[in-house]
Amino acid sequence: MNRYDFKQGLKGGAIIALSSAPFGVLFGAVAIDNGLSFLETWLMSATVYAGASQLVGIELFGQRVEPWLVVLSVFAVNFRHILYSAALAKFIRGFTTLQKALAFFLLVDPQFAEAVRRGESGKGVSFSWYFGFGVVIYASWSIATMVGAWFGKMIGDPASIGIDILLPVYFLGMVLAFRSRWGFPPVVLASAIGSVAAYHFVGSPWHVSLGAAAGIIVATLLPLKPRHEPDAAVAGVER
Amino acid sequence: MNGSLDTGTLLLILAAAVATYLTRIGGYVLITRMRSIPPRMEAALNAVPAAVLTTLVAPAFFEGGWDVKIAMLVALAAALRFPGLIMLAAGWAAVVICRHLLGL
Repeated sequence: MNRYDFKQGLKGGAIIALSSAPFGVLFGAVAIDNGLSFLETWLMSATVYAGASQLVGIELFGQRVEPWLVVLSVFAVNFRHILYSAALAKFIRGFTTLQKALAFFLLVDPQFAEAVRRGESGKGVSFSWYFGFGVVIYASWSIATMVGAWFGKMIGDPASIGIDILLPVYFLGMVLAFRSRWGFPPVVLASAIGSVAAYHFVGSPWHVSLGAAAGIIVATLLPLKPRHEPDAAVAGVER
Repeated sequence: MNGSLDTGTLLLILAAAVATYLTRIGGYVLITRMRSIPPRMEAALNAVPAAVLTTLVAPAFFEGGWDVKIAMLVALAAALRFPGLIMLAAGWAAVVICRHLLGL
């Protein structure tokens, strides 16, 4: 472990941990409200560790939907991670198998976004940094879930204190972080149109996969980025 | 405080956890099976973050009321000049003002 990288990771992750904590609290409160025990609520945050899908899963669980359908919905909401782990591959070639296994467990949206940004900036994605970044978010997610499960009833209506706006704003910020990328405007436009259309005609949670597919298809149809940096030509992935 | 564990619920949670882990490792397993990545596929992978994250934003904006729309536009404006936490605070302040002072 490189102490400097680890500390850098902790520092970066702490900002994310802070801004995602309200959702952990929200999940804890909603889970108890939908009939999970305290232990079950915490266990879900500790093992699934994917906020949006946990909220969808718990909502369906509360409606007494068939268990296999709950699992399928969680899978559908999380399907985007398949794309994340594919795109992350080239940055974590130096990890050992065990480190990779752990890294993928911690692969939440901001973890992916930050790792890619760091990798592209040339700083390199070391395991120390990745682990530091991930572990602080993981710990805070667990703690926030327990806080929510404990004090859930006292929070009241999330909309009246404005908690519900934090998640979309937070994701908006992550989208904007990639705005200098090649083909950003057409990709975002296609994803936006695709996801809103899918939301209307197919329904949630499929708008995530279908909208993303629209953006990615547009990206493959765009003229290729002119190559300046030799690094971009190294496309092969070694084991 | 209820510390109980129901077997059915426990299995459901673990199944959800396994399904989630499969999505997190699946893309890597698929991509490392390929010897080289064609440029079009590289372009597709590079578009992943913006494409996926947009789908978490756009429906919230278009399906949300005026309070949500205004808050997200305020946050967007803030994001162009300030770091993330200020953006988050600006969006939150805007939605609270919309709801409690403007009655949107």
